Amino acid sequence: MPTASVAKKSYRAPQRVTNRVGRRAPELIFGDLWAFDPAPESADPKLKARYDLFINGKFVAPKGGKYFDSINPANERKLAEIALAGLADVDAAYAAAQRAADGVWGKMPGRERAKYLYRIARLLQDRAREFAVAETLDGGKPIKESRDFDVPMAAAHFFYHAGWADKLEYVAPGRRVAPLGVVGQVIPWNFPLLMCAWKLAPALAMGNTVVLKPAETTSITALKLAEIFQDAGLPPGVVNFVTGAGDVGAAMMKHPTPAKIAFTGSTEVGKIIMRSLAGSDKKMTMELGGKAANIIFDDAPLDQAVEGIVNGIFFNQGHVCCAGSRLLVQEGIAEKVLAKLKTRIRTLRVGDPLDKNTDIGAINSREQLTKIRALVAAGVKEGCAIFQPECALPPSGFYFRPTIFSGVSMSSRVAREEIFGPVLSILTFRTVDEAIEKANNTAYGLSAGVWTDKGSRILKLSTELKAGVVWANTYNKFDPASPFGGYKESGFGREGGRQGLLDYCKLI
Amino acid sequence: MARLPITKTPKFYVGGAFIRSESARVFPLRDSDGVFFANIPQCTRKDLRNAVEAAAKAGPGWAKRTAYNRGQILYRLAEMIEARSDEMSAAIGLGGSTPAAAAREVAAAVDRLIYYAGWTDKYEQVLGNVNPVAAPYFNFTVTEPMGIIGVIAPDKAPLLALISLVVPAISSGNTVVALASTTQPYPAILLGEMLATSDLPGGVVNLLTGFREEMIPTFATHMHLRAISAVVNANERKMLALGSAESVKRTILLKSEDKRDWFATAAQSVDAIRDTLEFKTTWHPVGA
Repeated sequence: MPTASVAKKSYRAPQRVTNRVGRRAPELIFGDLWAFDPAPESADPKLKARYDLFINGKFVAPKGGKYFDSINPANERKLAEIALAGLADVDAAYAAAQRAADGVWGKMPGRERAKYLYRIARLLQDRAREFAVAETLDGGKPIKESRDFDVPMAAAHFFYHAGWADKLEYVAPGRRVAPLGVVGQVIPWNFPLLMCAWKLAPALAMGNTVVLKPAETTSITALKLAEIFQDAGLPPGVVNFVTGAGDVGAAMMKHPTPAKIAFTGSTEVGKIIMRSLAGSDKKMTMELGGKAANIIFDDAPLDQAVEGIVNGIFFNQGHVCCAGSRLLVQEGIAEKVLAKLKTRIRTLRVGDPLDKNTDIGAINSREQLTKIRALVAAGVKEGCAIFQPECALPPSGFYFRPTIFSGVSMSSRVAREEIFGPVLSILTFRTVDEAIEKANNTAYGLSAGVWTDKGSRILKLSTELKAGVVWANTYNKFDPASPFGGYKESGFGREGGRQGLLDYCKLI
Repeated sequence: MARLPITKTPKFYVGGAFIRSESARVFPLRDSDGVFFANIPQCTRKDLRNAVEAAAKAGPGWAKRTAYNRGQILYRLAEMIEARSDEMSAAIGLGGSTPAAAAREVAAAVDRLIYYAGWTDKYEQVLGNVNPVAAPYFNFTVTEPMGIIGVIAPDKAPLLALISLVVPAISSGNTVVALASTTQPYPAILLGEMLATSDLPGGVVNLLTGFREEMIPTFATHMHLRAISAVVNANERKMLALGSAESVKRTILLKSEDKRDWFATAAQSVDAIRDTLEFKTTWHPVGA
């Protein structure tokens, strides 16, 4: 009977995965069947044994004479000693910045400031590979990311903002702009060099001078950048680096000199800073945490979406404030997406960050690894289904397997708290409205992703999602021309683009 | 015998309705000669919370109105005030302004409304833009209203300052919960009546009356207010900043001790609209 044979045929169709003998063909996992040879990047990072503070154009020893170790999170070995700044050093840095603001940088014509920034961009491009290796050694991120993303993007930020320095009358229509003066900046450990460029370039283009503190676990590339500032002939005091932990940052924030404080870091610390600045007249930019929804509709190109999901959460070990850590999948395709994701993450290579084939490097610090483990344990305890691929981890160093939680509910901690690690939580939805409601049901609002074939739906979602950046059929894309920053508890102010410059000037 | 006039019981305007404080409290308002004028509702933090709820209900609908429509509604509000400018001048005059000065403030408030009515369908073209990213993406930055904005108006220029703080916020689709001047609340009471006849949906602007020291702590800590736009003294600034830290609230805090000319053209700008906007950037692939 024809109907029966049709039914039989359509039933047999999925059986094509069997081989001629009738057994199921083995699933081909790329890299499973043969071993990769190590492919370490061998460029010399040209590290110094000891890094001093960079104040007034010179490397100077901290007045307290103390140093702390910066280790390589990939093997826990010491890389260099970093100066521990004290209050007197913070004072000296601000004094130098104030002198530079009053004496040279604030008065310099924009076209001349531009040339310094162009020089810095060029010198950084010259030494790109060296910086990439240093970044990977210090922070644990895969060399392919530091080489192809962090360093070129840092150079691009200087290059982009250089061109603004003599065109500032176009920043705020109808208004003239003036620099704020001295700016204090504190940056995180997830993109040490890039955050440095991201913060410095607009501030300098606008004519401000800066005291910046890198994160204590990742100070090296900032101090290498100081070498470039010396080579570029940047006037002393225009940029000053003080190094140390949170107490140094707190001293920087409370200092009377800066007219503005710019901070990138956790929402928790951002709130502490906001409280500490209450009653002062300092301007602020806060780029804080996130718990982004990456929304996959059933008409999305699934293979492309899976790549986007993987990039969205496993890029930089998930140490990304805008990481797509909440995956919202339309119910009808949830199983399929989960299956594809499981297959895909089995091919991710976790290990030596310096290896060019590594996808997921080392977790930045033991402290962060402990946090990730605790939140993952909480997810398991709350009854979420966990999946981690089998993969060997290096014997020393801080590593964590890519992790997927499915069957996650909105109230689960792994759906609400920023994990800042390679951990994806999967939730489902049925309708567009439900997707929007779930995506917006968070205190954060930094970014979101939308995957669908329907253009009008993308525009609806991008209008309704309460997030500062929306990626449609892509994820984790950045550009110096593209403003970045959050809604709600993800902070305020923008970085990048014309809008980012607004946060570094006063209108007159 | 002369006819005894009917006096009005002042009520404040929340969610499109004229109401009394849930606490049933009032405080007497006297004119500059000390003569009793009326009892003004003394709002509580509960009244503020109710007003925020009303603003939350009105928000999505207001934000979805077309920019053209919002402009027309603001223009309509200007028409309503202009038509009742004598009554509004008298309300301002209660605080001791001369009739000429009061009339000048009403005229300036109307002009300010006209200024912002014209901005509603233009600021986006000035503040947003397409970004030339170095990859095959169409990348654009647009503005969006923040949500519910808390406004705390000064005592000086009780109508003009209130309008100057409220109108830029609503012109982009935000909704507002405002505390009127404590010493001169009556112009705000009257403004509520004009708002009610202006086509502005109920709940978009909610005007509270009462005491600053009672209300500001709740403005500071209310989680659903996304920003505070206020004219405040040093203590109030600190309190608002501390409370705002709890939910990373945006603060636009003008110093009450600064001399500020609300009549000047410098007191109106597209930047005042921008202060209560978020920038949103969308990446879209370019390809087949």
